[in-house]
Amino acid sequence: MPKDSGIGASTKRREDIRFLTGTGKYTDDINIFGQTYVHFLRADVAHAVLNGVDTTQAAAMPGVLRVFTGADFEAVGSIPCGWQITDKHGQPMQEPRHPVLAHGKIRHVGEPVAAVVAETREQARDAAEAIVLDYDELPAVMDMKKAIAEGAPKVHEELTGNLCYDWGFVEENKAATDAAFEAAAHVTTLELVNNRLVANPMEPRVAVGEYDRADDMHTLHTTSQNPHVIRLLMGAFVLGIPEHKLRVVAPDVGGGFGTKIFHYQEEAFCTFAAKALNRPVKWTSTRSEAFMSDAHGRDHVSKIQLALDADNNFTALRTETYANMGAYLSTFAPSVPTWLHGTLMAGNYKTPLVYVNVKAVFTNTVPVDAYRGAGRPEATYQLERVVDMAARELGVDPIALRRQNYITEFPYATPVAVEYDTGDYHATMDKLIEIADIAGFAARRADSEKAGKLRGLGINSYIEACGIAPSNLVGQLGARAGLYDAATVRVNATGSISVMVGAHSHGQGHETAFPQVISEMIGIPEDQIHIVHGDTSKIPFGMGTYGSRSLAVCGSAMVRAAEKVINKAKKIAAHLLEASEGDIELKDGSFSVAGTDKSVAWGDVTLAAYVPHNYPLTDIEPGLEETAFYDPANFTYPAGAYACEIELDPETGHVKIERFSAADDFGNIINPMIVSGQVHGGIAQGIGQALLENCAYDADGQLISASYMDYAMPRADDLPFYSVDHSCQTPCTHNPLGVKGCGEAGAIGSPPSVVNAVIDAIQSGGMNVAHIDMPLTPSRVWAAMHGARTNAGAAQPAAGSSDTAHARSIGGAA
Amino acid sequence: MKLSLRVNGRDVTGDVEGRTLLVDFLRNDLRLTGTHVGCDTSQCGACTVHVDGKLVKSCTMFAVEADGAEVATIEGAAAPDGTLSVIQQAFQDHHGLQCGYCTPGMVMTAASLLRENPKPTEHEVRQYLEGNICRCTGYHNIVKAIMAASGQEMPAMAAE
Ligand code: FES
Ligand code: FES
Repeated sequence: MPKDSGIGASTKRREDIRFLTGTGKYTDDINIFGQTYVHFLRADVAHAVLNGVDTTQAAAMPGVLRVFTGADFEAVGSIPCGWQITDKHGQPMQEPRHPVLAHGKIRHVGEPVAAVVAETREQARDAAEAIVLDYDELPAVMDMKKAIAEGAPKVHEELTGNLCYDWGFVEENKAATDAAFEAAAHVTTLELVNNRLVANPMEPRVAVGEYDRADDMHTLHTTSQNPHVIRLLMGAFVLGIPEHKLRVVAPDVGGGFGTKIFHYQEEAFCTFAAKALNRPVKWTSTRSEAFMSDAHGRDHVSKIQLALDADNNFTALRTETYANMGAYLSTFAPSVPTWLHGTLMAGNYKTPLVYVNVKAVFTNTVPVDAYRGAGRPEATYQLERVVDMAARELGVDPIALRRQNYITEFPYATPVAVEYDTGDYHATMDKLIEIADIAGFAARRADSEKAGKLRGLGINSYIEACGIAPSNLVGQLGARAGLYDAATVRVNATGSISVMVGAHSHGQGHETAFPQVISEMIGIPEDQIHIVHGDTSKIPFGMGTYGSRSLAVCGSAMVRAAEKVINKAKKIAAHLLEASEGDIELKDGSFSVAGTDKSVAWGDVTLAAYVPHNYPLTDIEPGLEETAFYDPANFTYPAGAYACEIELDPETGHVKIERFSAADDFGNIINPMIVSGQVHGGIAQGIGQALLENCAYDADGQLISASYMDYAMPRADDLPFYSVDHSCQTPCTHNPLGVKGCGEAGAIGSPPSVVNAVIDAIQSGGMNVAHIDMPLTPSRVWAAMHGARTNAGAAQPAAGSSDTAHARSIGGAA
Repeated sequence: MKLSLRVNGRDVTGDVEGRTLLVDFLRNDLRLTGTHVGCDTSQCGACTVHVDGKLVKSCTMFAVEADGAEVATIEGAAAPDGTLSVIQQAFQDHHGLQCGYCTPGMVMTAASLLRENPKPTEHEVRQYLEGNICRCTGYHNIVKAIMAASGQEMPAMAAE
């Protein structure tokens, strides 16, 4: 019987009511009396010396309050980077200054150069057109390999070059890894591109700055996944506003997927200008601006090699990756290709030796940072493609090859510095084989072939790391923040509960799922519990939501705070029942004395805490409210197996997803309905990356894919119904809920199976195509099938060509 | 320029610039902020409303063009007592929304589909949603919700 409330129930989401009736409160729905509007003039060239900005005419236009330029921000700090990587020689990464408005130089198309604040949005926009920029264009730095070659133009003059860092991991493993390759019976080598993507939450970013002169109080309303992080970064590092004079509010947020983690210039601008003008200042991004100012994702060019012995055991793995940072370091950018990528390169396999090299490179493009999965999709894609390719080269079954090399004993210390606490990769593969009906594939392929189509089946495993922690470890790895979270459980006098959490919900359904946990612990109905999030003036200092951390980290803090509440309530109950505290049991919202029929209801105990007439005042304080901070002992490691089945039209190269199946192990599950929804969304983004999406620049640094007319978002008819299962559960061993996190798995686990399926289909047609770079658009697939080079940019080189992935430019036409 | 129209059964008037879009009039002048803006190229459908019973992307129409028209937005979808419409209820029952940003447009589009085609196939639902982008749900539960709202049995693959 499925439960109808508490942990494990598919409780319907309470937040849906406001979203379904148009009464949600997103940042753009906020309008403050006296509000003004800012329009940013953005660079339309990628790289230039900025000699001057003439604002005279614009400043005189109707409704204009003031025109700001880079010079107005000389006294404020740089937009900070939250993670410092140490390179393989022990040196810190190169870290350029990141101004609020461009000053002296333009470094990417879309960089804000000037800002007009006016009485209306239209007036601000009109006036921005009257600003005259005086600049001298420079050659754009676009190709990562060329960028770090001797004599390349520099994105930042003050740096030694365009190499941010050259990272080796684990450097001590390198010699042994190379030796293992020398001794290998077989080596599979694959060069590939992990295509640049744009996160594209449907709500564009918005910021509203407000200043109250009477008490010198700043408020920023912003579309953020982590308001406390923004308050700290912007207050302490950019604008010099102490936290107690700065409130950051992130109300309903229309999706994030990583790109709303970071602190952006527009937030600092609106906060700064609101004080300068003593008026509220609002900015609403257009979609076109979003494409050229939201941090992008992925954009890795990699070469991966897998060594196997004569029995097909994996003996070593090494990879070399060029990771595009863009023009500036976004908040967590340096950590993505390193600690969120290198540490996952062992995957689900007991490969004894792994060496990862990453070169992070500055280019004249929009900054690149975490996008759903962040580093883990890039690791999984490389690994699961090279394993599939090895199976083909060796003529063995790709499932059997994986199974043979699976890690089966836990805890397992990988050669890349992490320890998997638990897992069962055979179980998820068994489940996948069942739900994907792999047994029926041959018959379905025969049917497709009868219809003149090719059919392919691709599978892959994946493992990821969520709830990144503990703080003392990440501190050693370069994080400039702690990665704990916090919750306050406030029990009200009549027994209802408000929980203030550091996590932020922007689609994940925390307002519904978190009460399920508290309800289970105390035994009161879910609707007696209310979740408060997204406002630094109301919630404790928590780190927000990203990296599938909300439940594993903030949920654990909430459990710890609730345990403190329950312990105190038991003391009160013991007093009321005249029993010893050790004999008190809490069940179904009632405290009882073990072995007796004496009991007192939850609400009577909470009332006693706030009306302490009959109360042990000498022993305990009145009131019932507790806060806990939780710093995890380790990452969590969700894992699973995915299968994609496609039909390929050999006439056109068009790929249609026929079936998609996902068997995940997320540990314990609080709300299965929400978990399935998270997996669905992740899979759609992964299929989008594999088949449709590509953020492309031309050689001059112009963004070619800057709207939904050029950037192919997955739509309903591009996608099938998915078959998802999360019944394989090995609970996390180190957090109180035994949960692992489910937000990113779909996006991490799905791209390799899609590409594996297309390669399978093509090879079933007798064509020897080993690899095609994502997105697998009809033109790329068709060209690969016909042995041609698909395009001059990022596409697949012809077989035998010396034109390697490493020599290619970023992006390129799809 | 002056205009008068009916929005969700209520007579309203306004004074707008010629270039003001219907969506901006709804959001900024009438404070009906349930209708969203997700793009600037008429691609995403977050702004979808009904104008004289027809499905319209309100970012693609000037406010003055709606002079004299009957406009329906998400704020008018539920019954006056707050009871959700069949489609709204199906979206909640089947988890057809996550962040909620695309949702008003999806609900308005679904209402139009089911009016034209009360028993659509899965393929027809997906085709009809062509102009509405959702980044959160992967569409699985949106399609499922719309089919459920049409009172049809769920295809086996949609079970999970
Ligand atoms: S806002 Fe109207 S279609 Fe995107
Ligand atoms: S629910 Fe977030 S865009 Fe559809």
